[in-house]
Parts: sequence; structure tokens; C-alpha cells
Amino acid sequence: MEYVIIIISAVFVNNIVLTQFLGICPFLGVSNKVSTAMGMGAAVVFVMTLATLMTYLAQQYLLVPLHIEFMQTVTFILVIAALVQMVEIILKKISPALYQALGIFLPLITTNCAVLGVAILVVTKEFTFGGTPAMLNLPQAVVYTASMAVGFAVALIIFAGMREQMDLQGVPKPFRGVPIALITAGILAMAFMGFSGIV
Amino acid sequence: MNKIKLILKGIIKENPTFVLVLGMCPTLGTTTSAMNGMGMGLATTFVLMLSNMVISSMARMIPEKVRIPAYVVVIAVFVTVVQLVMQAYVPALYETLGLFIPLIVVNCIVLGRAEAYASKNSVFDSFLDGLGIGLGFTLSLTVLGAVRELLGSGSFFGHKIIAGDGMLIFILAPGAFIVLGYLMVLFNKFKSKKA
Repeated sequence: MEYVIIIISAVFVNNIVLTQFLGICPFLGVSNKVSTAMGMGAAVVFVMTLATLMTYLAQQYLLVPLHIEFMQTVTFILVIAALVQMVEIILKKISPALYQALGIFLPLITTNCAVLGVAILVVTKEFTFGGTPAMLNLPQAVVYTASMAVGFAVALIIFAGMREQMDLQGVPKPFRGVPIALITAGILAMAFMGFSGIV
Repeated sequence: MNKIKLILKGIIKENPTFVLVLGMCPTLGTTTSAMNGMGMGLATTFVLMLSNMVISSMARMIPEKVRIPAYVVVIAVFVTVVQLVMQAYVPALYETLGLFIPLIVVNCIVLGRAEAYASKNSVFDSFLDGLGIGLGFTLSLTVLGAVRELLGSGSFFGHKIIAGDGMLIFILAPGAFIVLGYLMVLFNKFKSKKA
């Protein structure tokens, strides 16, 4: 039950893009086509879950015991950058097909603030999923991150679908490109606000 | 004269928000009021100036292949400095900006300037470039924050000027997207008239 609440809360209620404003750059940048949006979504789910697993362990077994929590930002970004590089190398070796599909998105993910943002969020914020506010334990953190990433993919794919339709419309000149995309995203965010209060 | 142009370039011609469309996450996430927007902008400006300076002085020593991780570490160090200073002296602002302070590390503007400008130019020029781009970013964030605050709660920099509660939607997430979208439309309109 607790995990169901975590999943619904992370995917819909606190959607990472539309309510927390993380990962806006890829949200605007790779949402021209539904197929690329799906590729990016899958790559983010994969990397984000792995990254949080690694940073959570780094926080618990490295930073806290040594009392160097202030090194969090530096450590986390290094862990994420190294991880992305490693995933790229391993994928290339063991699964060229998957590499073909996700490869071009991987370098973009290092600078995707959603990955670092969620990694910091799960080790610093207290959540109230089990009734009382508490820090997430490892399985909860992993489920929460994976759901956050799925939320990113859902928002990205819906948005890409809308932008594909919009290409066929006669948009006034000053609105073309980013402005109309932002206004559409605003309306989409309004729709997602309907989920607030569910959990 | 050229030095002044270097600063002005970042504010209008290469405005990071309206022209380059970089660093959207803090732009949308922190501009619930003019004050918050300005705070975020100034924190980013500080990181930009210092990281630009350090990177331009070290660029020749860093091997080509590891330059991106090296730049990221330099940036992360200054972000940590900002984080600690803000925590000590402006704890209230630090609380409101929250997650977005450490996220300056992955702000594409900072890494973008390091790669595109600081790695090829002199230390002083890089400092001015950081200052200009930073001020441009601060300006756009302040404007966006001011518009959202005015529509959302009827106040300007915390001073109430319109009676009533305002339209809450502009303070919430959807308002951020919509206001920025319309501001960009206005910016495009003016630019096309000038040209």
C-alpha cells in the first residue's frame, strides 16, 4: 500500500516536470516527436534509478560517516557523470541495439537537472508516505526515484504528442517555437494540478 | 568601450532566458516573487563570474578529454561556497530557493559559458562575460518574478499595491509556464519590429 502511494504521488501528484520544474531543458528540447520522447524517457528512467541508488549509498556510507555532508553537491555530480559514462561504455559492449536506441540521449542526461535534483531530494527531504514524516529508506528511495522518472517520461510523451499536433496548426509568428510550447506546457500543468489532493 | 559591450551583450543580444532559452528550471522554479527571482539570479551570477575566471586561467592546463568533468568540479566548488554562505547569512532565502541552489551546478548557462567563452578568452574578459550573462539572467528572472508576483498576489517586491488576493494560478506551477511564454512573445515582437 505504502508503495502504491509513493508511485501515484511521484508520477502524477508531484510530477517532476510540471509541478517541480526539474528537467525542463529536455522537456522542451526533445519533445518534437513522440518516438524521440519515448527514447529519452526510457534513458532517463534507467539512468535516474541507477544514479539515485549510487548517490544514496554514497550519502549513507561515505558522506555521513565522515561528516562531510557539505561535499554533497560535488560528490553527487561526479558520481552521476561517472555513472553516465560507464553506462554508455557498458551498453556499447553488451547491447549494441539498446545503445543505438538510447546512446544519443545519454550525454544529455548528465546535465539534466532532474537526475541530480531527485538524487539530492531523496537524501535531504522528509516524506510523509507512512503517516509520520521520515527519511526514505533504500527500497523506498529507489521506488520513488523510478516513479519520478516514469512521471518525467509520461509528461514528455504527452507533451510530444501535443507538439506534433501543433505543428499542423497556423501559429502566429511571435508565438512560434518555444513560446507556444511554454504556454501549452502551462495548460498541461493546470491539468496535472487536478491530481493534487489525491494522496 | 568594448568591455562595456561585452557586459551589455549578455543582457540583450544574448539574453540567456529569452534568446538562448537556457537554464529554464531555475527560471520557472524560483520566480514565485521578484525577490526570489533576483536572489536566484545573483547566486548564479556569482558562480558564473568566479567559475569563468578560474576556468579561463586553467583552460590550457586541462587535457582536452577530461575538460567537461574538470569544469563541472570547478563549478560545483563555487556552488558549494554559495550554498554555505547563503545558509549562514540569508537562511530564509536559502529555504525558499531550496533545491535550486545546488542545481546551479547543472545549469546549462554556467557550463555553456565555460565551454563556449571562458576556455578561449582572457581571465578579465571571461569575468566580464560572466558578469554580463549573469546580469541578463538576473534581469529576466526578476522581471518574470515581478509579473508573477503582481498578478498572483497583487504586490511588488513584497509591497502590496493591488487590493485583494490576486490570481493564485500565477504563483503556482502553470502560471510560470504561461507568463514566461507570453513574455517571450513580447520579446520576439519587439525584436522583429526593431529589425
